[in-house]
Amino acid sequence: MNKLIRQFLPFATLTLIVCVLSALEPDKFLNTENFLNVLRRASVNGIIGVGMTAVIISAGIDLSVGSMLALCGMLGAFAIIKVGGSEPTPMAMALGTLVGLLMGTLCGLFNGVLITKLKLPPFIVTLGSMGIFRGICYVMNDGQPYNVPSYRYLGSGDVAGIPISIVIFVVIVAVAIFALRYTRFGRYIYAVGSNREAAFHAGVNVDRVLIWIYTLTGLMTGIAAMIATSRTISAQPTAGQMLELDIIAAVVIGGASLSGGRGTITGTIIGTLLIYFLRNGCTLLGVSTNVQFIVIGAIIIIAVALDQLARSQASVTKTG
Amino acid sequence: MDPVTNASSETVALRMTGISKRFGPVQALLDVNLTVRTGTVHALVGENGAGKSTLMKILAGVHQPDGGAIEIRGNVRAFQRPAEALAAGISMIYQELDLAEDLTVAANVFLGMEPRGKLPCTVDHRQAERRTAELARQYDFDIDANAVVGDLSTGDCQIVEILKALMRHSSIIVMDEPTSSLSESEATRLFEVVRALRRRGITIIYISHRLEEIVDLADEISILRDGQLVHTDVMARLDIPQIVHHMVGRQLKDFFPARDVTPGETLVSVRDLASDNGVRQATFEIRRGEIVGMAGLVGAGRTQVARALFGLDPKTSGTVVLEGRSLRIETPAQAIAERIAYLTEDRKRTGLCLGLACSWNITLPNLEAIGMKHWIRPARETRIVEQIAQRVSMRWAGPQMPVDSLSGGNQQKVLIARWVLAESKFLIFDEPTRGIDVGAKKEVYTLLNQLAEQGKAILFISSELPELLGMTDRILVMRRGRLVGDLVTKDTDQEQVMHLAAVESN
Repeated sequence: MNKLIRQFLPFATLTLIVCVLSALEPDKFLNTENFLNVLRRASVNGIIGVGMTAVIISAGIDLSVGSMLALCGMLGAFAIIKVGGSEPTPMAMALGTLVGLLMGTLCGLFNGVLITKLKLPPFIVTLGSMGIFRGICYVMNDGQPYNVPSYRYLGSGDVAGIPISIVIFVVIVAVAIFALRYTRFGRYIYAVGSNREAAFHAGVNVDRVLIWIYTLTGLMTGIAAMIATSRTISAQPTAGQMLELDIIAAVVIGGASLSGGRGTITGTIIGTLLIYFLRNGCTLLGVSTNVQFIVIGAIIIIAVALDQLARSQASVTKTG
Repeated sequence: MDPVTNASSETVALRMTGISKRFGPVQALLDVNLTVRTGTVHALVGENGAGKSTLMKILAGVHQPDGGAIEIRGNVRAFQRPAEALAAGISMIYQELDLAEDLTVAANVFLGMEPRGKLPCTVDHRQAERRTAELARQYDFDIDANAVVGDLSTGDCQIVEILKALMRHSSIIVMDEPTSSLSESEATRLFEVVRALRRRGITIIYISHRLEEIVDLADEISILRDGQLVHTDVMARLDIPQIVHHMVGRQLKDFFPARDVTPGETLVSVRDLASDNGVRQATFEIRRGEIVGMAGLVGAGRTQVARALFGLDPKTSGTVVLEGRSLRIETPAQAIAERIAYLTEDRKRTGLCLGLACSWNITLPNLEAIGMKHWIRPARETRIVEQIAQRVSMRWAGPQMPVDSLSGGNQQKVLIARWVLAESKFLIFDEPTRGIDVGAKKEVYTLLNQLAEQGKAILFISSELPELLGMTDRILVMRRGRLVGDLVTKDTDQEQVMHLAAVESN
């Protein structure tokens, strides 16, 4: 029973927020356009959140995704400009997109290899790579952004009226939910996070699992980076600052445990939507951005505190 | 001014009466009476799990007894916390020394009672150093008060612990296996230190498995067995065989289920096995259907043999032949692929993913073997797990329950089920009955017999001699990384095994 409450807590909170906002601002909040808008904004974080969920289930952390997002965007945009000039062909833009994805994959691989082969804590490795990636962004173009005015498809295109970024987001989420539940790799992610030593004793190649997790998170970040670049038709070296904390917050609100072994993709998606609907609601209600920080900070603490409370009661009923 | 009562409270440093302690299903101590006279070295011996450490942890205030009383120099005391025992003059020196490695000797000695400096919130390091050096000189300890503890040898670290105890005016010092990690010369020096302490009227409770050093050092001895104190005597009146007899002397009841199997041809053959992690030389064979026990003291290298065989520790030499094929095993994954199973001695740390479902724990090393190399089919997985659960008579609320909701015995059966499912040919069971209740023990024994009857080869590592004698066909004895005995179980007894395990051969 407690387990059910725990799993539905973030969902219930999300529903509550949507209901309250619908009641307060029925005209501005409760329409398709606004919903699609929120989803489109949430897709960048949500896509990276999928990777971060796997990282956190494996008892790790990835602080570098914000900087990585900026770096992938910069390199992708740079490639588009180099190949296609000021009037890039669709082919050049596709190539640039691939460069962005490839860069993300390599950045993730870099993190994963350092974590496993040098046996360093993920916190330290990704704290370091966060600085490295950000630094490269500034060095690349002397702190200036790359503008790619015709790179619009990923950010503003649509499939049958649904923004393309939302389509990508939904596909990735569906694949990830399936992979975590129905693949051996997904099972190993939970095992490594729950007890790394025990997983190793059971023949799991722990290093390989971890490298894959960070590499795939890099790929997710690359995808998100190209969407973000396309939305603003420019790659900013300052993009994605503090993004990692937003994403970690969403994963944790979704019920994942920072000590590993626990977490779900659906939880993370709910956590992400929760944050974005709150932002959206605050904006519609005229609450300043500054106050939004306070509200979201408080929500994180409350969500995790309630989760803890539900856990400790569950363990009391077990022993009692 | 009654000379008798005066004499007794003067000469008895510690009296523990009727001490009992239960941990869940395990009765760790039952009605233990221990009397230790002032200024003596009192040896406390017993097999692993006999209750020595529990008794001393009660004395040190780490555990609280379920019943019984502690008298220190005639005053009844009850310690709720280690700090209270320390204040009453009782110091513990554990096997794993707990010193702050980055601090100096003097800083460690004064940890928590630093002399105040002239300015508020400062420490008078010079005074700490001076007093430490003085104390060391008093006892003829050769140690530099200014040295950093991390740079010292284990033997020196023990001296620091002793200085720490002396600086706190401890009158009773408990030493738990102090020589287990010392070299010969360091051990000799420690004995001198212990004698020096005794000359100054300090009471030492000395726990050790090394019976020769106890005979040399101790004035009196108390022997624990299965949580009860079975014998207390003046050391001079006992010799090693008598001590061993008291330690192990219990009747084997027909607690061990019978097995009907004639061992077949050799299945596993290990030759000259050695590893950096403490195996110096081990050569043995195990046949089909044979249960071979492995005995030895803690630290004798039994678990390390298992780790080397299972690819957890790199081998420095040796060959492993399974069914006539020489194996190259460098990781657990390779060992599992060769159908070798290792049930670890620490199921919580290296065995189970506690928060995950029972079924997940059972299939974890077997996903490929049950046709789920890439894709998991949950319905099929549940069916397979339920079949296996039946075979090991698992009792649970269902395979989806997290493992940590089960009792210790059922958790152990989850791990056994895992290796049954793996259809392992050679199974290494490391302390499979540790910390589980009597009923579950018997079920584990039955499962071991079943596996043997199916023609598996089983290496059964245990610190409990009765179960080795009751369950095995042969017993291998390890001492200090070497295999020193290969005995046929029906022709041996506990005393012979204990002798091989504990006593240096001449």
